[in-house]
Amino acid sequence: MPPAQKKAVPAIRVAGLRRDYGDRPALDGVGFELAAGASLVVLGSNGAGKTTLLRILATLLRPSGGEVAVLGCSLPDEAWKLRGRIGYLGHEPLLYRDLSGRENLRFQARLHGLGPEVAEARIEEILRAVGMQRRADERVAELSAGMRQRLSICRCVLHRPELLLLDEPDSNLDVEGRELARELIGPGAGTRVVVTHDPERFLPEADQVLRLGIGETAVLS
Amino acid sequence: MTSSRTAFAAILGKDLRAELRTLQSLPAMALFAITAFIIFRFGLDRTSLSGSLAAGVLWATLLFAAVLGINRLFVSEREEGGFDAIRLAPIDRSVLFGAKVAALLVYLIALELVTVPIFAIFFLGDAGGLFPLIAVLLLADFGLAATGTLISSMAVNSRARDLLVPLVLLPLSVPLMIAATGATDPLLAVGGPSYDRFGTWLMVLGLYDLIFGLVGYAVFDFLLED
Repeated sequence: MPPAQKKAVPAIRVAGLRRDYGDRPALDGVGFELAAGASLVVLGSNGAGKTTLLRILATLLRPSGGEVAVLGCSLPDEAWKLRGRIGYLGHEPLLYRDLSGRENLRFQARLHGLGPEVAEARIEEILRAVGMQRRADERVAELSAGMRQRLSICRCVLHRPELLLLDEPDSNLDVEGRELARELIGPGAGTRVVVTHDPERFLPEADQVLRLGIGETAVLS
Repeated sequence: MTSSRTAFAAILGKDLRAELRTLQSLPAMALFAITAFIIFRFGLDRTSLSGSLAAGVLWATLLFAAVLGINRLFVSEREEGGFDAIRLAPIDRSVLFGAKVAALLVYLIALELVTVPIFAIFFLGDAGGLFPLIAVLLLADFGLAATGTLISSMAVNSRARDLLVPLVLLPLSVPLMIAATGATDPLLAVGGPSYDRFGTWLMVLGLYDLIFGLVGYAVFDFLLED
């Protein structure tokens, strides 16, 4: 593909996306395109399908219908090509409670194929960035919800993903935590999809906004 | 893609480290087995067992003790998001199956290191059959680990997990138990071990291991889909 054409390929292309849970449609007819390096903020009330959309983009859910392409990979058929290229921050921290924060990050680093030295350097770098280097050897079960969220952000960006999928990234974070997290998952972090209930906080960072409503057509602005 | 060996070692290491730290499965399995031996000893009113009765007591106890560990095998993946974390990583998902089988195998071997000598003290006058029993234990453990991992991964998303695992696992483990007790029976016979049809039963155990190992490896990827 010529370079000019390659640049034009969007990071995310969604058309007519549908996802049903049994008989109930969680998403119906959602469509948008997101350019590489841009930020999409997804708004909507509870149950509008924001988290479902994010999980489909993360390859954690299969779409019931429509077309989804992420980083040039068609989902769900080419989901395996995407693994390791996405950083996903969901409602759950995806951390093992009986391991320390550092042990969790080392485990993730091994799953993502980072060599021991590279992994240690990267872990130190991101722990420092979120102010967690002194608490990283404590078991996750003993940490507060805000500290778990900081560790979860570290897990999300550990492998330097090309696309960040962030579900309420500020939840449980204090003011200091929010500021520190910006360095890792803020607008400069690359292509992002941010699901939020706090438009005032994230709209200034948005290149595009997608509004999802229950039983309504998604509106892209 | 991360190499399967690296991912296998990472998942197995994580599971063993978490178990050593929390001791959530192994002590319960061992305590159950020892209590069952005590109940058998007084229930049967026998201080010595041999042949098929000894084999039956040993394998029934080990099977039910294993169910306790199998029930908890995927709990951390389910409740702490491990499934999602692993599905997001560039690894062959079947590695998770292999690592969980290996973890369960380690639990079963540790359980037997504690409980089989206690069984021998409680019930066996002659411990000569214990050495060849090691081969039976290892083959049966692998079969139980493969079947248990498969069933546990299917049941973990159900609220009736504790009920579902024994209900599905026990019928599936009947052939394994027949072969394990068949191989153990002559080893614990009165007058010392004999090897009557011992090789045949070992081959049956090996065949069971092969079938459930391959079935687990083949279908596990689909079980992780939403």
